[in-house]
Amino acid sequence: MTVTKKDPVLAVLQLSGGNDAMNTIVPYTDGNYVDNRPFVRIPSESVLPINDKIGFNPAMGPLKKLYDEGKVAIIQGVGYPQPSRSHFRSMDIWHTCEPDKVGDEGWLGRAVRDLDPNKENVLTAVNFGRGLPRALAAPGVPVASVGNLETYGVLTGIDDEDQRLKALDVFSRVYSPMIGRGGVADYLAQTGLDALKGADILSTAAESYSSTVEYGGDTVGQYLRNMVQTHLAGFGTRLLYTTAPYNSFDTHAGEMANHSRLWTETSRAIADFYDDLKEHDASDNVVLLVFTEFGRRVHDNGSGTDHGSGGIAFVVGDAVKGGLYGEYPSLDQDKLLEGDLHFNNDFRGLYSTLLEQWMGLDAKPIVNGSFEQMAFLG
Amino acid sequence: MADKDFALMAHLMRRAGFGAPYDELEARTAKGYEATVEELLHPETQPELERDIMMRYKTEWVSQAGLEGQQEEWTYRMINTKRPLEEKMALFWHGVLCTGHAKCEYPKQQQMEFDMFRFQGLGSFRELLQGLARDPAMVFYLDNCMSHKGAINENWGRELLELFSLGVGMDGKENYSEDDVKAAARAFTGWTVTSAIPRYPYGRYETRFIFDPNDHDNDEKTFQGETGNFNGQDIIDIIVKQPGAARFVARHLYNFFVADEPQVPAWKDTPPQDPEAIKMLEDEYFRSDYNIGSMLRVLFNSDFFKNSRFTKVKSPAETVVGTMRLVGDFTTPKPGMNALTLTIRYMGQDLLNPPTVEGWHTGKEWIDSGTLVERINFTADQVGNTSLPGVQAIINRLRAQGSTLSAEALVEGCLDNLGAYDITDETRSQLVELAKSEGEIKTSGPEFDQRVAQMLQSMVATTEYIFA
Repeated sequence: MTVTKKDPVLAVLQLSGGNDAMNTIVPYTDGNYVDNRPFVRIPSESVLPINDKIGFNPAMGPLKKLYDEGKVAIIQGVGYPQPSRSHFRSMDIWHTCEPDKVGDEGWLGRAVRDLDPNKENVLTAVNFGRGLPRALAAPGVPVASVGNLETYGVLTGIDDEDQRLKALDVFSRVYSPMIGRGGVADYLAQTGLDALKGADILSTAAESYSSTVEYGGDTVGQYLRNMVQTHLAGFGTRLLYTTAPYNSFDTHAGEMANHSRLWTETSRAIADFYDDLKEHDASDNVVLLVFTEFGRRVHDNGSGTDHGSGGIAFVVGDAVKGGLYGEYPSLDQDKLLEGDLHFNNDFRGLYSTLLEQWMGLDAKPIVNGSFEQMAFLG
Repeated sequence: MADKDFALMAHLMRRAGFGAPYDELEARTAKGYEATVEELLHPETQPELERDIMMRYKTEWVSQAGLEGQQEEWTYRMINTKRPLEEKMALFWHGVLCTGHAKCEYPKQQQMEFDMFRFQGLGSFRELLQGLARDPAMVFYLDNCMSHKGAINENWGRELLELFSLGVGMDGKENYSEDDVKAAARAFTGWTVTSAIPRYPYGRYETRFIFDPNDHDNDEKTFQGETGNFNGQDIIDIIVKQPGAARFVARHLYNFFVADEPQVPAWKDTPPQDPEAIKMLEDEYFRSDYNIGSMLRVLFNSDFFKNSRFTKVKSPAETVVGTMRLVGDFTTPKPGMNALTLTIRYMGQDLLNPPTVEGWHTGKEWIDSGTLVERINFTADQVGNTSLPGVQAIINRLRAQGSTLSAEALVEGCLDNLGAYDITDETRSQLVELAKSEGEIKTSGPEFDQRVAQMLQSMVATTEYIFA
């Protein structure tokens, strides 16, 4: 395990919709790429080369810079056997590590349970965005989910402070007896009590923060900024999570323009996140995982790409040994899986590496089995 | 304690509509349950909203700006409609047959789609799917306009089967194969839309559906075990005959109107919680030639519906709209609509723009620590505002009960006014304690207003109030 003085923290950025791996890390000298992408192809001269085979999408300059500094591990050909091409199902599989049945317990929810078995800290995991991703959901595990860090709190509209305290007192008294009844009421009551506790603490995070880093106005940029604010506030938060909204990476049509904009925003946000942590001398104990539910079809459809398999993930941080991990899947026709890239790297091995080598947890019960780990942590 | 018929009417109006204030519930109770069900099922017997008033205040609602203007327009409709089930069906179908603003060429197309949900939402499921396959918003959203003879785009073909009509499977078995997806996509080649006319100089026009025979795959296809030179309408005709379609519609109606079910991807392996209820609805689906209104008539008049009070977590739209109908605010368009509709988004339901084509996950998945806080804070702020006419009406009704009220009577009176809510004994005793804590309850003077408001605020913050 990596030795750090401070507790290790894992941040996760989910790129919903299925990011096109081939136009992210581009196999720009492969003749098959040119043949398969008559319309949705990054011109080879604009690729930011990693070597003579692959390179970054030109919109990913800030991430390329971090890569050149050795802070980025590129996880190639990541996926799982018998890939599902349904967004929901595939994202569920990434969230629950349950490829054969529909699970409702998330891998990070289980990790929270191990990190904080006695539920001492309601802020062990914090999600930024509306609604809790299944990755963080597990029965009885408290996770704070914050839509807006600046205004978070319970019954904040009651102006009279005495009345508010009274109302909050009744609130905790009527929620407490619901605990232990099982079912939905139990879940709701626990959520209410956790919210009450978490809100009081979280409300202080934005106040104490200042930074010279100016993030973009896009949702991902804003939520990555909230992650840094929460991390810097020292609440003992070990897992931070956010999602690029609206399935935006689902580029069936108009991919060239949309995908370029998405990566312009996203790679800037990732670099801002890193720089902000660095500025506050807090980058040594945070690692960021960037993943998506699947890659896209090798052959384009004229304007975009359809659902495929075999994706790309990134791990970013000071503790990361930058470089290429796994193999770039072959684009040869006879090596494809129903027209899609074949994975060679099980995502559960990626998770296991992060859980064991970074977070210091036993990965096997969390990812449901033993999977080959990778060597991207120093 | 509320009268049983009144409580049942409150239940019906919460589910088939967006809730109703006390006097409306009293009037409907007098009219009768079955008569109210029939009125709801025949929205055409009630007046339409006056669109010219909406236009006069908010020109952008019609001339069309972006997402938030449309959310305002719809929220206003849900609050003020005299045809609650019509608007509820639009909300229901929007959550099932999803398009999203994030991928909509021209916002007005989604409004036209919702009009289809309003006017056909209680009719034949077959006709609705035929309309959906020709709906320009949908053709664009799921890229069927990018699907060509010899170069199919599977997006629409797949989601039609997976999320709009059959579902992945039922009773442990698959409802369709990957080959069915491809056959469906091929059958819908050539189903496309006219090119969008540029915005300038005269503004946008809506696009129209067109069938392009030159781009249609005319070869033989095998779909769901049937073989022929199928076109798109044949695919839909085959789909609606399947037991899977009956199950799909029945389960969705049950989840939306009766009690929370697990999410759609789990339906293949998780049986319905009430198989007999689903069977009744499936039988009516086939008996009525796929008629949604007929299925709902069976549903609303059934014991399983009448016994399902407070078994469903309210959606954010139901929460915000229901609260407005209770407090009597936004009965005309006015400033503040935007902040109101944004609240629905913050509670986890960005109307017109669902997170994925699967729509929103419902039931307890509406609630996490973030969305729960949004929900409680918003509702408490509204019922605590004694200047709102609906809150005043509650205060006045309670004031009319006498010059003083017992703590118990205050609690019961507030629960009735919220729509005959049930609460646990523990919660009741805490609320009675709260009522007692400030001494005798005299109904004269403005202090009484505050005490009622305080009671309502504590009630809407309970776990019980999360349910409908």
